[in-house]
Amino acid sequence: MLKITDLKVNYGGIEAVKGISFEVPEKSIVTLIGANGAGKSTTLRTICGLVKPAGGKVEFMGEDITGKDPTSIVSRGITLVPEGRKIFPNLTVLENLKIGAYLRNDDISEDLKWVYDLFPRLKEREWQLGGTLSGGEQQMLAVGRALMSRPKLMMMDEPSLGLAPLIVSNIFEIIKEVNRLGVTILLIEQNANMALQTADIGYVMETGRITLSGSGQDLMNNPDVKAAYLGT
Amino acid sequence: MEFINKNLPYILAGISLGGQYALISIGYTMVYGILRLINFAHGDIFMFAGFAMVYLAASTPLYVSIPLVIIITVILGFLIERIAYKPLRSAPRMSVMISAIGVSYLLQNLAWYFTSGLAKQYPKIPWISGSITIGSATTPIVTIITPILTVLLVIILVMLIKYTKIGMAMRAVSKDFETSQIMGININSVISFTFIIGSFLAAISSILYFTSYSTVTPVAGAMPGLRAFVAAVFGGIGSIPGAVVGGLIIGMCENITKGLGWTTFSDAFTFALLIIILVAKPTGLFGEKTTEKV
Ligand SMILES: Nc1ncnc2c1ncn2[C@@H]1O[C@H](COP(=O)(O)OP(=O)(O)OP(=O)(O)O)[C@@H](O)[C@H]1O
Ligand SMILES: [Mg+2]
Repeated sequence: MLKITDLKVNYGGIEAVKGISFEVPEKSIVTLIGANGAGKSTTLRTICGLVKPAGGKVEFMGEDITGKDPTSIVSRGITLVPEGRKIFPNLTVLENLKIGAYLRNDDISEDLKWVYDLFPRLKEREWQLGGTLSGGEQQMLAVGRALMSRPKLMMMDEPSLGLAPLIVSNIFEIIKEVNRLGVTILLIEQNANMALQTADIGYVMETGRITLSGSGQDLMNNPDVKAAYLGT
Repeated sequence: MEFINKNLPYILAGISLGGQYALISIGYTMVYGILRLINFAHGDIFMFAGFAMVYLAASTPLYVSIPLVIIITVILGFLIERIAYKPLRSAPRMSVMISAIGVSYLLQNLAWYFTSGLAKQYPKIPWISGSITIGSATTPIVTIITPILTVLLVIILVMLIKYTKIGMAMRAVSKDFETSQIMGININSVISFTFIIGSFLAAISSILYFTSYSTVTPVAGAMPGLRAFVAAVFGGIGSIPGAVVGGLIIGMCENITKGLGWTTFSDAFTFALLIIILVAKPTGLFGEKTTEKV
């Protein structure tokens, strides 16, 4: 569904991503793990057009979308739950969800109901300003907002960051449920344990390069991964 | 009562002038809200609308020239953003500010070039140039129309921002460009739309203002622009209600000091008031708590 070929991204003179290739098959959960500064967020930001690549190719459903602007990429069915949630603090919870469906012109009431079923906490806080939500609630809102666009591919940048273990497993349950409903997931995580358990395919990224890949299970059993990311 | 009667014309004129400043001020505050840019050219857009009226009214009937003035002012505001600010989207904020100052001088110089710097007589607009008597005060109709029109336009604007999709997008873009883009919002369209609204209100304001002042000069936008900018800061820059209240206060101050016979000090008084308010409340009357360094 998503095919990345030899993608390179520079910030000024710094090479943040040094030619990576990977694939995200339709309806799968793929995870990208790696240390701080490995270039994971940069990769996602480049896929959705916020950063222009220095080289390489991004294909989505057989179409070359390299370097296109975000509006055109997002309108093809890609969405991003950004690092640090980035909900709109000055918009209400309901408005945050509505703005997730910004490009849609059809009826969104079904989707709203669905998101509220997934996250009942959001329904209770419908009229509250996004900025006044707790961190966990903000993360739920960020995921709900992304789902409102009815994405084909949902990319998530560290959704478990700073959340209590219970909420983390809740978020992962929802990732699996959304995936069962047919949404392809590309997940970035520091929580390698959870991510590899959930994912069909995993990639390990180190300083701008992909160094390992395999099924989630294989990577969990890989001694290097164990030592570096699972702490066992 | 005696005092009120004697000063009623000044108070009415103050409210009216305040409404005119408020309409200009909204343009400053909205652009600042979305781009964190002080659009120094805004006062000159207002001046441009004045000259456009002078020339258009000379060759077309008013029911054609008024809409035409509004339309070309809006186009000017749109083009300024596209040509002078959009290419600098990722440049440091100071560069955009310098570009705005450049546009301001460019417009003033063009006006000098085309008018040889002479003051031009502003056309009489029959529906608003006449006078009406309220109580013991005779006042131009424009002083009554301005506040009504201002309130109406502000209500429409606030509803637009609060309840429409584009309004929601404007609020989102004002907080976070990148995340807005992920939502599929075309931020350039939203920014253009903001300039269009600002220029539209400046054009309306210029019609009301120059009708009261009767002549237009190439620097005619400078002082009203500055006072409207002060009004925006006064009210808390970025806040639309703040711009309106700020505009009214500045307009009233200016006229009341004139009413008291202190015409020479009216600007000094206005700016002194601004300093006092900013010392007491640095973000202005309705400003947000988070301050940003310009
Ligand atoms: N806007 C930017 N300008 C300059 N350098 C940047 C920018 N964004 C990221 N970088 C650099 O690019 C490299 C990769 O950053 P990136 O955010 O992609 O890492 P990451 O893998 O997501 O890390 P983390 O797990 O800490 O979020 C880092 O060295 C970072 O300092
Ligand atoms: Mg990151």
